[in-house]
Amino acid sequence: MTVMQLVFLVLAVVAVGTAVGVVTSKNIFYSALLLVACLFTVAGFYVLLEATFLAAVQVLIYVGAIAVLILFAVMLTERMMSKAARAWNEQWWVALLVAICLVAVMLYVVLTTNWQISDAATPADAIVALGQTLLSTYVLPFEVASVVLLMALIGAIIIAREERPVGLPSEEKEGEK
Amino acid sequence: MIPLSWFLIVAAILFCIGLYGALARRNAIGILMGIELMLNAVNINLVAFWRYVTPASLTGQVFAIFVITVAAAEAAIGLALIISIFRNRETVIVEDVDMMKW
Repeated sequence: MTVMQLVFLVLAVVAVGTAVGVVTSKNIFYSALLLVACLFTVAGFYVLLEATFLAAVQVLIYVGAIAVLILFAVMLTERMMSKAARAWNEQWWVALLVAICLVAVMLYVVLTTNWQISDAATPADAIVALGQTLLSTYVLPFEVASVVLLMALIGAIIIAREERPVGLPSEEKEGEK
Repeated sequence: MIPLSWFLIVAAILFCIGLYGALARRNAIGILMGIELMLNAVNINLVAFWRYVTPASLTGQVFAIFVITVAAAEAAIGLALIISIFRNRETVIVEDVDMMKW
């Protein structure tokens, strides 16, 4: 059992434990915080897989933006949730059955397939190679991704904007005075 | 070295935990968190396959970056929708937002 394998086992136990906490916690705020911990452990997996840039991106975007956004939403919708009795709906046992069957099938496939593992080494300058690949072979998905982000930005602002009456209510009030 | 199957096992378990969360939670934000768990499990799979099967070409990492990008866009719009629904209906429990059910 090498050091890396030990680190992997610790990370795996923390990841699975916090994930179970995310989906079973009655307090949605605890779920959000446990999700942050799980995303950190996933960044640890990326470091073990020598995808260091992806680990930094994971911490920056997933933990720094998405998880914080989820925490904002949890706190903005907190008022009614403290009275919720159950965290799961009536068909939770069907979901549990489906999840267990799926994990059984996936574990069977993982353990009985002969993965063709190659001994090649990763590129020396992985980040340079990643940038070049992103802008040469995958430039079209790259541009589409930027359009998707622009759409998400505009759409989220429009959807979550407060409804205000049309017209200039502040000037009308000043006129009445 | 860590065997490839270990990463795949952890990713499979995380995916199924996220699937249970997405199917069984009543809170809409809880469902979104289950979806984020599933996307992270898929990313672990992609990067593990990149590292162990084709380390020379960076397709796995590029794909994972695109998955993170789309997940960020989806989380932003999903949470904007949830907040908008909360403003109108005073609830985020998906069972109570059933005006369009037959």
